[in-house]
Amino acid sequence: MTQPLVQMRGIVKKFPGVMANDHVDLDIYAGEIHALLGENGSGKSTVMSVLAGLYKPDAGEILIDGVPFCFGSPREAIAAGVGMVHQHFKLVEPFTVSQNMQLGERQGSFLLSDAGIRNEIKKFEKCFGLAIDPDAPVWQLSVGEKQRVEIVRMLYRGSRVLIMDEPTAVLTPQEATELFVNMKKMAAAGCAVVFITHKMNEVQEVADRVTILRSGKVSGSMLCRNVHAQELVWLMLGREIVMNADRCAHGECGAEVVRMENVNAQNASGRVGLNEASLSLHAGQIFGIAGVAGNGQKDLAEVLAGLRTVTSGTVEYLGEVVTNLSPAELIRRGISYVPEDRLGMGLVPGLDAVENMLLKSYKKPEFSGHGLINRQAAETWTADIVRQYNIKLAGLTQPVRSMSGGNLQKLLLAREIAGCPKLIVVVYPARGLDVGATESIHKLLMELRDQGAAILLISEDLDELMKLSDRVGVMFGGRIVGNFAIEEVDLEEVGLLMMGMCRTREERIHGDGR
Amino acid sequence: MGEQAFFIAILSSAVIAGTPILYAALGELITEKAGVLNLGVEGMMLIGAVSGFMAAIVTGNSWIGFVMAMLAGGVMGLIHAVLTVSLRANQVVSGLALTLFGSGLSGYLGKSYIGIPVAEPFRSLPLPVLGDIPFLGPVLFRHDVLVYVSWGLVLVLWFFLKRTRAGLFLQAIGENPGAADSLGIHVFALRYLYVIVGGMLCGAGGAYLSLASAPSWLENMTAGRGWIAVALVIFALWRPGRALVGSYLFGGIDALGFHLQAAGVLLSHFFLQMLPYIFTITVLTVVMAKRGGRLAAPGALGVPYDREER
Amino acid sequence: MAMAVKFEKRLNPSVAMNVAVPVLSVLAAFVVGAVFLSLTGRDAIEVYEAMFKGALGSQYGLSETIVKAIPLMLCALGISAAFRMQLWNIGAEGQFYMGAFAASWLPLTFPELPMLLMLPGMLVLGAAAGGLWGLAPAVLRARWKVNEIITTLMFNYVAILWVDYLVYGPWKDPKGFNFPLSAKFPPAASLPTVGDSRIHFGLLMAILLAILFWIVFEKSRWGYEIKVIGSSEPAARYAGMDIRRNIYWVMILSGAVCGLAGMAEVSGIVGRLQPGLSPGYGYTAIIVAWLSKLHPAAILVVAVLFGALQVGGFFVQTMGVPASVASMLQGAVLFFVVGGEFLTKYRVVIDRKEAA
Repeated sequence: MTQPLVQMRGIVKKFPGVMANDHVDLDIYAGEIHALLGENGSGKSTVMSVLAGLYKPDAGEILIDGVPFCFGSPREAIAAGVGMVHQHFKLVEPFTVSQNMQLGERQGSFLLSDAGIRNEIKKFEKCFGLAIDPDAPVWQLSVGEKQRVEIVRMLYRGSRVLIMDEPTAVLTPQEATELFVNMKKMAAAGCAVVFITHKMNEVQEVADRVTILRSGKVSGSMLCRNVHAQELVWLMLGREIVMNADRCAHGECGAEVVRMENVNAQNASGRVGLNEASLSLHAGQIFGIAGVAGNGQKDLAEVLAGLRTVTSGTVEYLGEVVTNLSPAELIRRGISYVPEDRLGMGLVPGLDAVENMLLKSYKKPEFSGHGLINRQAAETWTADIVRQYNIKLAGLTQPVRSMSGGNLQKLLLAREIAGCPKLIVVVYPARGLDVGATESIHKLLMELRDQGAAILLISEDLDELMKLSDRVGVMFGGRIVGNFAIEEVDLEEVGLLMMGMCRTREERIHGDGR
Repeated sequence: MGEQAFFIAILSSAVIAGTPILYAALGELITEKAGVLNLGVEGMMLIGAVSGFMAAIVTGNSWIGFVMAMLAGGVMGLIHAVLTVSLRANQVVSGLALTLFGSGLSGYLGKSYIGIPVAEPFRSLPLPVLGDIPFLGPVLFRHDVLVYVSWGLVLVLWFFLKRTRAGLFLQAIGENPGAADSLGIHVFALRYLYVIVGGMLCGAGGAYLSLASAPSWLENMTAGRGWIAVALVIFALWRPGRALVGSYLFGGIDALGFHLQAAGVLLSHFFLQMLPYIFTITVLTVVMAKRGGRLAAPGALGVPYDREER
Repeated sequence: MAMAVKFEKRLNPSVAMNVAVPVLSVLAAFVVGAVFLSLTGRDAIEVYEAMFKGALGSQYGLSETIVKAIPLMLCALGISAAFRMQLWNIGAEGQFYMGAFAASWLPLTFPELPMLLMLPGMLVLGAAAGGLWGLAPAVLRARWKVNEIITTLMFNYVAILWVDYLVYGPWKDPKGFNFPLSAKFPPAASLPTVGDSRIHFGLLMAILLAILFWIVFEKSRWGYEIKVIGSSEPAARYAGMDIRRNIYWVMILSGAVCGLAGMAEVSGIVGRLQPGLSPGYGYTAIIVAWLSKLHPAAILVVAVLFGALQVGGFFVQTMGVPASVASMLQGAVLFFVVGGEFLTKYRVVIDRKEAA
């Protein structure tokens, strides 16, 4: 067997209160696609950030071609041929593609040269099929294109080890397939490709080798051709979990709670957010919205919460027109909202649990009188909620910023449920949560639905949508382009709709030959 | 006095009055491009003005004074960099501290220098040929050398930001330091560098007051020009060329008050003195209202960078 | 043995550091001041001793210290209201001058009013003018996001020039030998004083306001809203709070209290309107507010300390030391407090590793 291109030995990385990596060993070979599998918080991203020079390990060593390295910064890692494509792209949005490329140049001339870069970009387009327009400003690119810019930049900098952090999380199924093809080409050209994932099917589809991490430790590493999916699950979770989605739709639903007709709204940066969006949502129903992030999901949620101005169209709630009512009025009428931005919008990081629980009820007579807040009553109430929902926190008077993601989400959801909502809008509820926390959040949502609330569930995770929803819609370009009862959902069609390929069934059947 | 002579006088003093603001605004522009907000411009200008003046008195050479002013401004910038880049302090408050400390220290150091004349202040140096062009000549080309230097500075800065790799790096650390860092750009070192360079230019702006336009030292002689420079950077949308135009516009308002009074306009000079301040507020409001609050501000302006922030 | 210093983020700010940092900052600032004093050929110990004795060593010094502390207390309280909402009102100086101007209008126009009408009238006018002067930048900020730091500061210069205009022009006392002073107020327009000292009723106002502020900011519904808005604007919007209205009212409150400071100064101390009423109270108060972590009780204490510095600076002038030594020290204190906050947020860890 040849020598590994990269050997990581006994890597330890500690964060306050967490052991993110606990003596991790890892061998990465040239010409291979290496999957790094694990749950959220298992230390996958941390160990790769160590390899990419972003974090300094507390112990352990890194050998590249047998030579020991100790990276003090990403610059040194890049010089040694290690490049990383992060989950949050490291692109400067106002810059053009070619400017972003030149930012990453190892030895550049004093003056910028756009012509040279253009040729280089063309070369990568030829070799790997990675097409991008060098003069486009990055903020105008789609997520898939941005990822391509990142990859080309890493190759351009001479990376032999290409690390990708959950590269498919933001892509449509079709874009992901294209990415996998490109990854195979890169491996064939002699690169070592490492990709971080928590999706089993991706490992089986592209990886040559897989290493599984659990709670900061390596729990297994093997070639993919002699491995069973069941075994991977066991290594990843430490217990057998049957992952096939149990659908929980219950079919019946009540009166119409929300009716949106041809609603238009601008997004936060003044461009089209919602474009003639229409929607009907009933009591006792979970309506799932699928779609690639940035297609108006956030605007849809914010219109319903009163945080975004509707420029035309109507929003009806329980039979009354509520278009452009204030957030306070909508809260009063029983609309709850669990935003994507948990810590910052949903919860205030610097305030304690009690103050955060009061956020929407501080004006209620139970908690205030004569303009003063009744802290005692609020504390008792919060303590009850914390017990009821089994939320773990350091103390009621500690700022919530130190709580874990799962507990934050439980606290937030508990507060929103406490208002006995008739409509609750939930955005990416399980993002970044581990399996246990995800499970309890899902259970809460289903209970709420069974009690007769209407739930609008916006998610990027198709498994989650399939599991919880009674109906599924797809958002693309600010519009709801598909609307299926759960039994009729065809995942391939959902994927196509997410990419904006708006074809009817007939067309697809007859037009597939092209 | 003929009408043309009157306009020439106003426009020419607009350039003189605008130059210290221009130096300071360019300094603040560089600092802000790097993602650091420095509200200590007023204090850095004062420190520059007093230390430049003292050095010029002691050595008898105004150029040494000018260099000293830049060094002193740079030291003030360094303090801000330590506080905001390394210690991740609140940039607003650190800048205020710089202004308060600068005005206190400059007042303390300069006490015994009030009323002393400079031996060799920067005198006007008419450019051959250009200085003889009718109208434009006296307005633009019969100034001291520091005015011409400031034009060079605008050009250099424009070219630096538009065309050079280092200029691209500067903008990258202000727009998205996380991205720049992951590409191996030394965010901390560069932020230090540009905050210090910014401070040096603010010091130079102060020295222009005490060594060229006044030339003398008075306590708090900047009289809010540093703050006008901060506002000007927003007005200029972080572009050096617009900063030049803006500086002369503000200088013009300043000069207008003075000249209107000299021309016997019956308006209390207190109101004329208010003009630059009211103008700043108005211009800022118009710029913000027109752009709907969306500016070309550097993306990470005012946010300390912390590599291991999770 | 290799040693490395590392900084670890604290999950929760350290309470001990919250107290230690301001105290150490004041000490460190004095050390820095000593360096500059020595560099300019003065004996730092001697200067500090003189400042200390001057400010606190005699009954006169003490009373002057309190006199200087009153406007600092009021302005710092006003500033603290705005700072809690992350509104950087550095226009206390201008709001002080506008308060002084409006309060002066009443006795200068209706000198015959009885004290029972005069003083309350001056209070209301001073607060109203300061409040309006704070409202103007608030409107610009709330409607067009115009940076309030710059506008409040610009408004300072306008207010000071406005008062200059009045006392050099229409309000100049015809019997004042052409000095830029307004006529003297009637006795009915003077705030009562403590005994025969110059300490006036403004002290009581500051203490009452501090108590009121504590209740408002720590216990009330409005205080809760301000806290949420100051911590996270998106969260406040999400909770249905009216951010614009809160910006208006907080800035009105902030400006009104600073305006009261101006009223108290003309009515309690000066007895007329004149230029240079404030030796930068509005700016020093920013340091007082920040050093006190915006806590009302701490503001009262720190203001006395800073009043003492000011009086001390005045006393050492007789030794030939410029009074600006006081503002230099104050600026340095703020530096150290700002830098020292790092220690409340991060833990310094010294890492010893065996060298390879």
